[in-house]
Formats: sequence, structure tokens, C-alpha cells
Amino acid sequence: MPPALEVNRLSYSYPDGKRALNEVTLSVDAGERVAILGPNGAGKTTLAMHLNGLFRADTGSIEIGGLHLDEKTLPEIRRQVGLVFQDANDQLFMPTVRDDVGFGPANLGLAGHDLDQRVSEALGAVGVSSLAGRAPHHLSGGEKRKVAIATVLAMEPEILVLDEPSAGLDPANRRELIGLLQGIDITQIVVTHDLPLALDLCPRAVIMDAGRVVAAGATGDLLADSRMLAGHRLEMPYPLAD
Amino acid sequence: MGAGHAHALYIHGHSRVHLLAPEVKVAAAFSMVVAVAITPRDALWAFLVYGALLAAIAVMASVPAGFLVVRLTAVLPFIAFAFLIPFVASGDRVEVLGLSVSEEGLWSAWNILAKAVLGATTSILLVATTEVPQILRGMGKLKVPSVFVSIAGFMVRYLELIADEVGRMRNAMRARGYEPRWLWQAGPYASAAGTLFVRSYERSERVHAAMLSRGYDGTMPDLSSEPARGADWAIAAAVPALALAAAVVAIAGWL
Amino acid sequence: MHAPDGFLNAGTAVATGAISLGTMGMALRQVKQTVKENQVPLAGIAAAFIFAAQMLNFPVAAGTTGHLLGGALAAILIGPSMGAVVVTVVVVIQSLVFADGGMTALGYNILNMAIIPAFGGYALFLASRKLLPATAGGVIAAAGLAAWGSVLLSAMAFSIEWLFGATAPVSFAEVFGAMVGIHLLIGIGEGVISALALGTVLASRPDLVVGAKGMPRTESSRGRRIPVRTFLIGGALTALLLAGVVSQFAADDPDGLEAVANETGVIESAGDHPLDNGVFADYATAGIRDESLSLAIAGVAGTLIVLAVGTGVLAAVRLRRDSTTTV
Repeated sequence: MPPALEVNRLSYSYPDGKRALNEVTLSVDAGERVAILGPNGAGKTTLAMHLNGLFRADTGSIEIGGLHLDEKTLPEIRRQVGLVFQDANDQLFMPTVRDDVGFGPANLGLAGHDLDQRVSEALGAVGVSSLAGRAPHHLSGGEKRKVAIATVLAMEPEILVLDEPSAGLDPANRRELIGLLQGIDITQIVVTHDLPLALDLCPRAVIMDAGRVVAAGATGDLLADSRMLAGHRLEMPYPLAD
Repeated sequence: MGAGHAHALYIHGHSRVHLLAPEVKVAAAFSMVVAVAITPRDALWAFLVYGALLAAIAVMASVPAGFLVVRLTAVLPFIAFAFLIPFVASGDRVEVLGLSVSEEGLWSAWNILAKAVLGATTSILLVATTEVPQILRGMGKLKVPSVFVSIAGFMVRYLELIADEVGRMRNAMRARGYEPRWLWQAGPYASAAGTLFVRSYERSERVHAAMLSRGYDGTMPDLSSEPARGADWAIAAAVPALALAAAVVAIAGWL
Repeated sequence: MHAPDGFLNAGTAVATGAISLGTMGMALRQVKQTVKENQVPLAGIAAAFIFAAQMLNFPVAAGTTGHLLGGALAAILIGPSMGAVVVTVVVVIQSLVFADGGMTALGYNILNMAIIPAFGGYALFLASRKLLPATAGGVIAAAGLAAWGSVLLSAMAFSIEWLFGATAPVSFAEVFGAMVGIHLLIGIGEGVISALALGTVLASRPDLVVGAKGMPRTESSRGRRIPVRTFLIGGALTALLLAGVVSQFAADDPDGLEAVANETGVIESAGDHPLDNGVFADYATAGIRDESLSLAIAGVAGTLIVLAVGTGVLAAVRLRRDSTTTV
């Protein structure tokens, strides 16, 4: 069974020449939850944007469930890889929540009763069914985040890639989010600064810095090494007891 | 000259008016306004009829009179213009309250005033009983090009966000002592507008990326619901039909 | 400038409605055909930007404020067709949702606030760019002139519409004189703000600006150095000059009028004009001379507007054809 995600020696430079990713290699098995950690500017978000083909690598390859990412497989890859953006506002662009959640499935060809059903299921999975008729700009930060996840889940993806999912959430919302993600049985890749969230949610983690993978292993082990963390501008809010 | 937040324009409710399909309401509102606009200005009785019809809708939809008055202040600039007309217009003079005004001008002022107020009240009632996304849906059903409706949808969605950014920029400038009163001090305002455009543009690129991520291929998907029932059309047509009848009678001069 | 219902007569509403519908249809088709496929979110967000920018009051004098029309700026930033579509969306939603502008007045409101400023403003921009140096400063100055001109075109168009569809006995000459006179001054604000705003965008993301194509890249970062005072002085001088010329026509001095009318040969052509029997006849001010002069002005103004908008539309079509490269 091929890994859910296989990134092989991915390199990418921005149009202005700045090197963003340098030979990044990463493999994630089906059902795993892996955290991608690192300081600002490490290339974490850039990597995330490659995973569904929004950015196209200069060299290297990406395979999703054995399917090689290229121009032809793009639509299928985009169905399989669900990307949840940093700013939920960028992702909620339709007049109502129901329209937003339905946008993805509608593009996949669903309509009528099937579409309605898919939308209800996605809303229910995230616990926001009561928000279906609301306009996105009237939602709170936590509600927007949940709806954003629903818009992606509605595509029935194989992999969920989340970019800073807990950013801007108050502690209660954050706790709900962690519970929600723990309850969804799907491969997850979580880009985050929130080290305790990574610890709670992801058994495995990868640390990136300056476009490279600099450390990988069990999350608990990585986060207990405070000297290594400090070397990459990271620190736990509380020391980890081994 | 835009007004405030969209949610302050809608009054939540479940009246028969609220529950009508949006396309019938938009069509009815437009027809009503046409009837008002083509009515000859001296058919005073017709304007009374229109006022009564709109009042009836307001009552049925539980829209308070105070709300209507507040919202009508948007029409204010032209009301002021209307009041000036009798003074600057030419034609035979007439004495009103000790002032010499043009008789023709008085009729013109009445014409503009009555039609502006009735027209504005019609849209206010439409928006009070129909949420904006629904209004856009209704426009789409009435064959307004979908590109236009989609653009309007994005505009409405991101308007508050951008207006908030404007507010934040303004506060930041004020906090640093910028309170300009003359045009040559407007440099920072203009820069703020330019920066706002760049930020807005960059947001649109991210939104586009999000759309691509969910399978967007250049055309918006069809998310429409079922078309309105015949009964809805019949009910909604009642008011503009009466109004149009009144207009026809007034134009033909039968009353 | 958001006219309410019934402000102009039904015939004018229908005629301008037809013109607006036709032009908008064409512009929408342009927008759909442009190569960059992010047009819809960009247009919507640009519309929100214009809407918000219109709410941003800028200072004019002694604490009084003005606000932006934005049509010309929109055209220069995102292209004339997109600009026209975007401002049209703003005007329609303002009318439908915010009761700002009558639904039956949309014909002339869209024409005056979206179509003429966007296409006409863009044409003025292109013309000004030809006359000014090809530097960032030149582009910015051209934008300022174009924005100011677009406000004038708009005021003239409104006056011509008044000529055909006035519902009040105020003469065309009075309306034209007042509208154009006032907007010669108001337009300065539009010009200054548009120019400076464009300067800011050019300084950070010149690649976004459709109107900046062909501008040398190295210049862009220095764009912001033009002092506001330069614009104001230049604008005020031009305004005063033009106001003097315009006021000649609106004045009641028969000698001055007659002299100009004779010089320009206007008096002879008056009798042939189809408008002689029209609405205008009801609202004639004293004498045939005034009437024919007013018609002449209307004719010249109308020609200017049609020329500007037509050039803008042609430029828009050319833009689409040339835009095989994506940004």
C-alpha cells in the first residue's frame, strides 16, 4: 500500500529568486497525523501549498497515494488533498455557509439531493449544522475555522493539510478544534507554531528551517530536546517531563 | 455615499413577505418602482395609493415605521436639492408662506420628492425582508448574468472585511496625530487607499487559490435552489399589479 | 451623484438604460474572455475596495470633506472593462441594497458613475500618458489628469441628460454651468487622491497595475515623491482657466455670447437641430441665441464624451487581444 503522501527531494524558489524549499523529503502513511514545525520563514506554508499543486516545484516530486502530481492529475489531487488555509476568510468566499461547503462538491459534479446530503454530512462532522444559513462574515473566529474545515471535508479528501489551525483561537475553541481533529479518521498534516497542539494531536513531527527538514521523529522526543528547539527558534511553553 | 453594515438592513422575521422566494420580490419591487416613476406628478391620488400599498407591506412584514424613517435619510441629499428647485426655477411665480416661488418648480419638487421617497421605501422594504445573498440569488434567477451576480456576491462578502481594514487604518493614522482638514494634507489618505488596494488584490489571489483548491475551473458552479412556486408569483404580483394599474389610470387621465 | 427615481423623465431613463445595458454586456464579455482566470474574485474584491474607498472621506477645505468616485482609478488599476463592471456592481448594489440611487435611475447612474468615468477616464489616461514623460511620475500625473477629466465628463453627461429629460424648469445652461463649474473644483480632489493612491500601488506592486504597462521598472520605487502641492497648483490653474471659458457661455451677457456665437458659426446651424421641438423648448431661457449656444455646448460636450468613451472601449478591446501573457 503506497504511502498517503510522498514528497521526494522537493526544491522551489520564488519568482524573485529566493530559495524557499531545498530538497525536502517526507513520507506519511495513511491514517497518520504528522506535525510540521519550524520558525517563521522556514517554508512550512510554502510546502503545504505544494501538496495540492497550488505551487509547482522546480525539481523533485510529489505522490499522493501513489498518484504522481502533474498537470493532468491536478483535479484528482485537489480532491484528495484538502488544504485548510491560515486565514479562514480567504477560504469562505460564498454568500452563505451552505454555499461555501457546497462549492467544492459542486465543482466535483454533485448536484441536487446528493449535493445537499454531502453538505449536511460535512456540516455535521464539524458540528456547525446550525450555521448553514449564516453569512461567513458574521461568524466568530472559531466558527469560521470550523466551517473552513467543513468546506474541505465536503470534498471527501484522503489527506487533510492544515496551516496554523489554532492561530487566533481562544483556549476553548482551540480545545474543541483538537478534539474535532482527533475524532476525524483521516491522514493529517498539521503545519503549526502551536507546539502543545502538535504534541496532543500528532504522534510524529518534522522540523523545518530555511527550507530544509532538519529533524524528524516522535513528537515527544523532539519537543523534549529544548536545546535543539532553541536552535531553530522554537520553545515549549512548559518544559516536557520525560 | 454607501451606508453601513448589511445586517442592519435586514429585519429577521417569518412573515408571508419574508417567506416569498427572492426572485418574485425583486421583480415585484422593480415593477413597483417603475409604476411610481411613470406616474404623472399631478395624479396625487395615485401617490396615495402607492404609499398605502407600501404601508400594507410594511405592516405585513412587521417593519417598524421608525426603521423606515431612519433608512430614508439616505435619500436626504436629493430631498435638499428638491427643496431648492422652487426657488431657482423659472416660470410663473406663486406665493407660498410669504415666499415667491416658481409654481412649475413646486410641482417639480413634489415630483422628485414623492418618487424618490416611494422608490427608496420600496428597496428598503425589499432588503428588510430579504437577506442580501438571497437578493443576489433572486437576481440570478431573473436572468441577470451570472458573472455579475458572482462578482456582487464576492463584493458583499468582503465588503465588511475591507471596511474594517479602512477603519483600522483610520484609527492608526488618528492615533499618530493625523487629523487633516485640507486637501494638501490628504497624502496619507491616498496612500492608505493605495495600500488597501494592494492588500485587497493580494487577498483576492489567496481567495483564488482557495477556490482552485476546491476544484474551481474558471466557472462558478451552479448552486441554485428550486424555482419559485406559482403561488409565490401570484401573491407577490398583487402589489405591483395594483400599482401599475394605478399608473396606467393616472397616465390615461381617467381619474 | 446617485440620482433617485423620477429625477429624469421616463424616456431618458429608458434610453440611458439601453446604452448602459449594451455597454455593460460588452464589458462583461470582455471580462469573461481575459486570460487571467482569477477575474471573478478579483473583480468582487476590487468592487468591495471601490465601495469602501467611496466611504473614505478625504479632506477638501476647512474640515469639509469629499469622496471618491473611483471609476478612472479602477480603470487604470484593473483595466477599463473590469473597472466599468466593478463600479457598475457597486452602483447597482448601492441602489438595490442601500437605497442609494433609484432602481429606475440605474440607466443614467451607471452611465455617469461607471461607464463614462471608467472608459472615458481610461482614454484620457492614455492620451495624457502620450503627452507626459514615460516615467512613474508621468504615469501618476496622467492618472491625476484622467481622474479629474473623468469627473468633468460625468458632470457634462449629467447635464446633457438633463437637457433631454429634465423634470424641473431649470435650463440646461444653468445646470451645465453649475455642474461643470462645481466639478472642475471637486474633480481636483478626485485627481489628487487617484494619483497619489496609484503612486502607492506602483511603489509596491507595479505588476498589478494594468495602466502601468510599458513603464520602466526601475522608476517605480521613486513614484511617490511627487508633492501634493504640485497637483493642486496645476489643477487649480487649469480649473480656473476652464471655468472662465465655461462661465462665458452661462453668463447672460449677450455681447459676449453673440461674439462667440458668430465666431464659431453656431447661430446658423441652430435651425437644423432636431431638438428644437423637443423638451428643451419648454424650458428655454430668453432668446434664440442662448438656445442655440446651449445646444452647441451640448453638442460639443456630447461629442467629447462619445469620443472619450469610444476610445476607452476600443482600448479595452485591444487590451484583451494583447493580454496573452499572464501576470
